[in-house]
Amino acid sequence: MILKKHLITASLAAALSMPVVGQAESVKIGFVTTLTTPAGVIGEDMKNAVNLAVEHLGGKMAGKDIEVMFEDDGFKPEIGKQKTDKLVKRDDVDFVAGFIWSHVLLASSKTVLDAGKFLISSNAGPSQLAGKGCNKNFFSTSWQNDQTPMAMGEVLNQQGVKSVYIIAPNYAAGKNMVAGVERAFKGKIAGKDMTKWGKDKQLDFSAELAKAKASGADGLFIFYPGSAGGAFIKQYQQAGLRDSLPLYSVFTVDSISLPKLQAAKIDGVVGSKSTMFWAPDLDNAANKKFVADFKAKHGTYPSFYAAQSYDSIMLINSALKATGGNLDNQDAIRAAMEKADFDSVRGRYSYGKNHMPIQNFYLREVVADADGNWTTKVVRTVFKNHQDSYVDQCKL
Amino acid sequence: MDWHLLISQLLNGLQLGLLLFLLASGLSLIFGIMDFINLAHGSFYMVGAFVGATVVSLTGSLIIAVVVTMIAMLILGVLVDILIARKLYGQDHLDQVLVTFGLILVFDTLAHIIWGSAGATIPLPDVLNGQIEIATFVMPTYRLLIIVCGLLVALGSYFLVTRSRLGMLIRAGASNRNMVTALGVNIDRLYLIVFAIGAAMAGFAGLLIAPITEASIGMGNEIIIIAFVVVIVGGIGSVKGAFYGAILIGFIDTLGRSYLDDLLKLFLSNQSAETAAPALSAMLVYILMVVVLVFKPEGLFPPSGFNKK
Repeated sequence: MILKKHLITASLAAALSMPVVGQAESVKIGFVTTLTTPAGVIGEDMKNAVNLAVEHLGGKMAGKDIEVMFEDDGFKPEIGKQKTDKLVKRDDVDFVAGFIWSHVLLASSKTVLDAGKFLISSNAGPSQLAGKGCNKNFFSTSWQNDQTPMAMGEVLNQQGVKSVYIIAPNYAAGKNMVAGVERAFKGKIAGKDMTKWGKDKQLDFSAELAKAKASGADGLFIFYPGSAGGAFIKQYQQAGLRDSLPLYSVFTVDSISLPKLQAAKIDGVVGSKSTMFWAPDLDNAANKKFVADFKAKHGTYPSFYAAQSYDSIMLINSALKATGGNLDNQDAIRAAMEKADFDSVRGRYSYGKNHMPIQNFYLREVVADADGNWTTKVVRTVFKNHQDSYVDQCKL
Repeated sequence: MDWHLLISQLLNGLQLGLLLFLLASGLSLIFGIMDFINLAHGSFYMVGAFVGATVVSLTGSLIIAVVVTMIAMLILGVLVDILIARKLYGQDHLDQVLVTFGLILVFDTLAHIIWGSAGATIPLPDVLNGQIEIATFVMPTYRLLIIVCGLLVALGSYFLVTRSRLGMLIRAGASNRNMVTALGVNIDRLYLIVFAIGAAMAGFAGLLIAPITEASIGMGNEIIIIAFVVVIVGGIGSVKGAFYGAILIGFIDTLGRSYLDDLLKLFLSNQSAETAAPALSAMLVYILMVVVLVFKPEGLFPPSGFNKK
């Protein structure tokens, strides 16, 4: 009996001491994303990309073991904040990365930044964090929300579209997307609908599509990330708008929605245009390796969410390499990250003073690849080395 | 006034209303007859969508999918009634809410394990993916099909409730449960049948909507709240009330989404109208519910002879 007690005490002590030993030799990265709800499919893609990045690095950054802790925000700002609190206060991570949703990131950012940790957004790019609320320890490996729709607005100008109808979800990023396209597009906004978003988001767009059709616009601009995008495009095709109201989208047509649209035989999406800072066919060595290995492992193309998540890990790695794995010298790590000195899957880019990437934006078109699978292909470059519009409000 | 737009919005409202009716009629009967609050009714909607998607992907036939889904949902309804719900009839409402909320989590997690987080689509044959043109009016074929199916089911349930012996018992049960039991009706069997039919109708609604949106985890939890509003507005335990309540709410929701921003622009700035309209249109159905509760607390069409126990 006594022996048994001793054994338990001993093993308890061993278990408790483990993380302390681990801390000295590992770099801890908390990764917050959505793993449940239908949006969990995005989180899975990001998780796969992070794991692939860790694998490509051989599980080590500058000789230290990489320890990634994934947390599920459940598509809710309050849960995202709770999970971030846990990562920062209990797990004492060195970096917090991830974040699909702007409203979740905005709710969670303070915890990380007040604790003096590094925060890296692998997707969300709310204007607040690019402008007035910028922070020396916040970095993005994606974009500022407005940039991609601005590129789309420019495309609409170039294609001579006179008026456009806008449909987007009613939350932080949706508003940024609309602001972005309105800023760049010189034609008329024929109408605008902001739909309910969140865990109980609106998925039936019959009323909005009927309005768009009646508005007589030349084009339809939409932003519907995740599974909502597939639903929207299906209804767009069923409403017979393909020829009369061409579709221009951002963050909607991607490697998550395309296989499902192909399975549902929604060929209205083939040939549709979208803008993006990256594409699976972008011609550089890092991207080729990333896309090929991702496809070999998971059977599908990586999404842009995956590309950004992969880059988040690679950015951290570049900083650790530069400082020789010294996690205590924050200034050195920050200086190294500001250089963005690594082979990003989008090609080389640089950081503005608000730590938002200055990068190219491309026009992409949906095509069938050699195997007949639908994917996106770069048509041309819309913006070269584009910087976001909020950088001047940043006091760094 | 754009008449084309108005007509298509009315049809869109009708389509939403009929889908809500399929859910709310079962919910209302279960609530009215068994005095059982079934939060997990939305899970039947989700399971119906997923089962339908699976059958379509295996057989390629929408008709087989409808048949198989109906049978599967009847069986599921029977199982849930016998294994779980039956033990909760006559218990405190709080117990029922807790157990059925747990059931939602169980169904959602099971769906996650079986079908994954990605959701499932139901591909439509080309005919149904197209549009029907009547003069200059164009309507998506599939949405018209939903309306036709919904109306047929509504008609069927009308005859079932008003013209059959089962319907007579159902109406009697909704009006005065104790009296029906006292008269020697096998109440367990009646409950079982109502529960199974309710599950099948919810599953059918899920199957109908899946080709438009898709089968996804938690899809039922979004719509079940509105279905409860329908039940309250229409009158608890009344199929007729569920029908009119559902159509009314379908219209209000759709027309709110279509015309509220233009309406608000008449006396607000464009900017504030654009921000206020989505929030307000999401609230409209609840405002309606409050109004109904104030003026007609028993709902618009309560079962005849309805008394609070």
